[in-house]
Amino acid sequence: MTNDILILTENILDSVTILCLVGISISLILLVYRVLSGPTNADRAVALDAIGINLVAVAAFVSVILVTTKLNDAILLIAILSFLGTVAIAKYLEKGVIIDRDMD
Amino acid sequence: MIFAIFIPLLFALFVPLLSKLKERIHTGIFVLFIPLSIFLYFIRFIGKDFVPIKQTYQWIPSLGINLDFYLDGLSLLFILLISGIGTLVVAYSIYYLDRTERLGHFYVYLLMFMSAMLGVVSFDNIFAIYTFWELTSISSFLLIGYWHFKERSRYGAQKSMLITIFGGLSMFGGFILLSVIAGTTSIRELILHADIILNSNYLPLALILILLGAFTKSAQFPFHIWLPDAMEAPTPVSAYLHSATMVKAGIYLVARLSPIFSSYEWFFIIVSTFGIVTLCWGSYMAVRQTDLKAILAFSTISQLGMIMAMLGFGTKVAIFAAVFHILNHATFKGSLFMVAGVIDVQTGTRDIRKLGGLFTFLPITATLALFGTFSMAGIPLPFLNGFYSKEMFFDSTLQLTQSGNGIAQFMVQIIPYLAVIGSIFTFVYSMYFFFGVFGGKKHTMKLAKSPVEAPIGMLIPPMILVLGVIGIGLFPNAFNGTFLAHAAEAINPLSSAGHIKFWHGLNTPFIMSLIVVGVGFVLFKTKNVWKKIYDILPGRFSFNKVYDQIIKNIDIVSTKITNKYMNGSLGTYISLIIGAIVVVTGFVMIQTGGFTISFDNLAEITIIELTVAVLIVIAAIATIFSNSNLAALLITGVVGYGVSVLFLIYRAPDLALTQLVIETVSVVLFLLAFLHLPKMRKRSEKPPVKLKNIIISVGFGALMTLVGISAHSSNWFEPISDYFLDTALPIGGGKNVVNVILVDMRGLDTLFEITVLGIAALAVFTLIKLRKDKEEAD
Repeated sequence: MTNDILILTENILDSVTILCLVGISISLILLVYRVLSGPTNADRAVALDAIGINLVAVAAFVSVILVTTKLNDAILLIAILSFLGTVAIAKYLEKGVIIDRDMD
Repeated sequence: MIFAIFIPLLFALFVPLLSKLKERIHTGIFVLFIPLSIFLYFIRFIGKDFVPIKQTYQWIPSLGINLDFYLDGLSLLFILLISGIGTLVVAYSIYYLDRTERLGHFYVYLLMFMSAMLGVVSFDNIFAIYTFWELTSISSFLLIGYWHFKERSRYGAQKSMLITIFGGLSMFGGFILLSVIAGTTSIRELILHADIILNSNYLPLALILILLGAFTKSAQFPFHIWLPDAMEAPTPVSAYLHSATMVKAGIYLVARLSPIFSSYEWFFIIVSTFGIVTLCWGSYMAVRQTDLKAILAFSTISQLGMIMAMLGFGTKVAIFAAVFHILNHATFKGSLFMVAGVIDVQTGTRDIRKLGGLFTFLPITATLALFGTFSMAGIPLPFLNGFYSKEMFFDSTLQLTQSGNGIAQFMVQIIPYLAVIGSIFTFVYSMYFFFGVFGGKKHTMKLAKSPVEAPIGMLIPPMILVLGVIGIGLFPNAFNGTFLAHAAEAINPLSSAGHIKFWHGLNTPFIMSLIVVGVGFVLFKTKNVWKKIYDILPGRFSFNKVYDQIIKNIDIVSTKITNKYMNGSLGTYISLIIGAIVVVTGFVMIQTGGFTISFDNLAEITIIELTVAVLIVIAAIATIFSNSNLAALLITGVVGYGVSVLFLIYRAPDLALTQLVIETVSVVLFLLAFLHLPKMRKRSEKPPVKLKNIIISVGFGALMTLVGISAHSSNWFEPISDYFLDTALPIGGGKNVVNVILVDMRGLDTLFEITVLGIAALAVFTLIKLRKDKEEAD
């Protein structure tokens, strides 16, 4: 009885994961379209940030599929780095420099 | 005995010290004893019962290169010439060179040359000979350029260097061939193995290469052009190197190797043809010259051609005549050069058009010149040695009986006539030389200084040589059996002492001599009439122009080629490098059938991989077409993230982590750099360049893809990864196999990658901090 429930959950889990991956893939494709065509660089930067967030999801689903916890570091890192990258690009777009020389 | 060769070289070490004393004692006086003692040491070997002496000293035994000293008749003849005339030249130079000259340099070079020349003629090992051969080229270069502040001296020195070194290197190639064919480096043994060499397929190549060396050194047509330009050297050098010794090195080489080659038909054809042509061309051109030393230079060329031709004939008479003429030529030509030097010093010019009627002013010099020129012309007088050798030369041309192919037959027919023509011109320029300087009207007005007779010390060396001319002329047979016969035997074992006499009846050679004198006299008297022929035959053409054009064009063409591909454009270099990789790798892969494509062992492709791959490809292609820096960077970001996703999917979390960090850092770095970069412009290239770039990049991509597929398709060995997986925990003590490999199994790589990063950081720091222009601004 319990086995049946387990198998059922597993099947549901698998299907859901694949479904989600497909969804994210579509989202990625659309985002890449935005990066390529984006009329301004700000559009591209936002799209790239969104790609970063999507990558977090991809990494998470891959770790579910592979049944591993080894990718958790990567998930965290993607989140941090995509944030850093976006900040850097935003600052560049805004001010033209990333690191200010004089602090006053 | 071998040390006699190195004594001049050793003494040369002390010459700079001795030259400090030159204000009190002329350096040449010290040097004089060196060649004199060598001469006296070797002269005692002269005699009827002379047997060759051999001494072996090891030099590089593992390569079969030894200093094998071998003294036979031929070597002895040359050693005596080198040391004997060397003594006289040093004595002459004491009076010729002023103490204000750089005497130390002069005698160091001269002693170097003496050692080199003694080495060439007395060693039995071909590589030892080659070593000393090049040393003669180098010391000759130094001596010709002795007055290096003169443009013409430098030109002459460079020209002689280029031509003789070119020949020397060819000869080296020939020697290597010979030693490989016969398996020995000793000339003695090469002669014993002559049949192996004569049957070898490489015989023509070896012969041509060696003869190229001999012909360039001995100024044979058309490589004679360096010799007239070498006349810029001080006159003692011209007398010593460019008449008596160095230019005979090629003669020596041909004589030395003729036991190997003489039975080869082409040896006769090539050597005789070049010799005869050189004889005629040299004597023909000598009449045209106006500079005394240039006349003598062309005369030397022509006489060397005559000796070379006789060596080519290879008959008993010819070999003996050649050896005899080597001796005779050294005596009269040495004296004539010294006479030319005396005239130069005493009148201030060597231009024959300004000279004339000097007989009354320089009676002794004139007498010496008389004997020298008349001997050179081969005038039939019983006290001139030139006549005997010329007579024997005519005799040998008549005795040629060469069977074989048509060329050899034809040459046998034509050689006597060419010999007579060459000799007629020899007569003409000899008379022109003598009467042009000493006969005719005096025009002392044109001279820089009023001519007086030279100091007696300057006249003694040419006097001794003229005494040699007369001595050999009067008593030819005294030199015959004791000395010359041994030399002739060394070249051709069948050759024996020829009996030289002045009068052997009214035979053909004598008639030929009479023709030479008769026609020569007429031509000499009517020289002004037929002089115009020089406008036609050499005309505006000369081998000097050919040489100059070659030198100039080598420069121009190589500059052009270098500028063509070294154009300073990185794009060109990259396309050359990548293009070369594509062509070479592609060719090798196709030639060896290296491309294998198999679809075994392929993993399944999942939808997510496919999606990511397609996205990466689209982004990569879009990067090429993006038209702003930032857009390109952002689109490349997609590629970077895509790769890290691939790493995730292929279960490489460490790689994915690193890739993400590096991607982000490089984005930041690019953004930093963008501030200082100009706006990206559309690259406007011409369609052909664009097409070329497309071809190269697509070719390279395709090639690398094919190589990658082939590498995956050919599975030769078991991978070693199982070992790492099994042993990472037990040996390395870690569960993370990647990290265990990086720091335990292959820690050394990591160490040096850390070093690379360190160096890069330091370099960046240095580049930013230490800026030249910034310093200048401060």
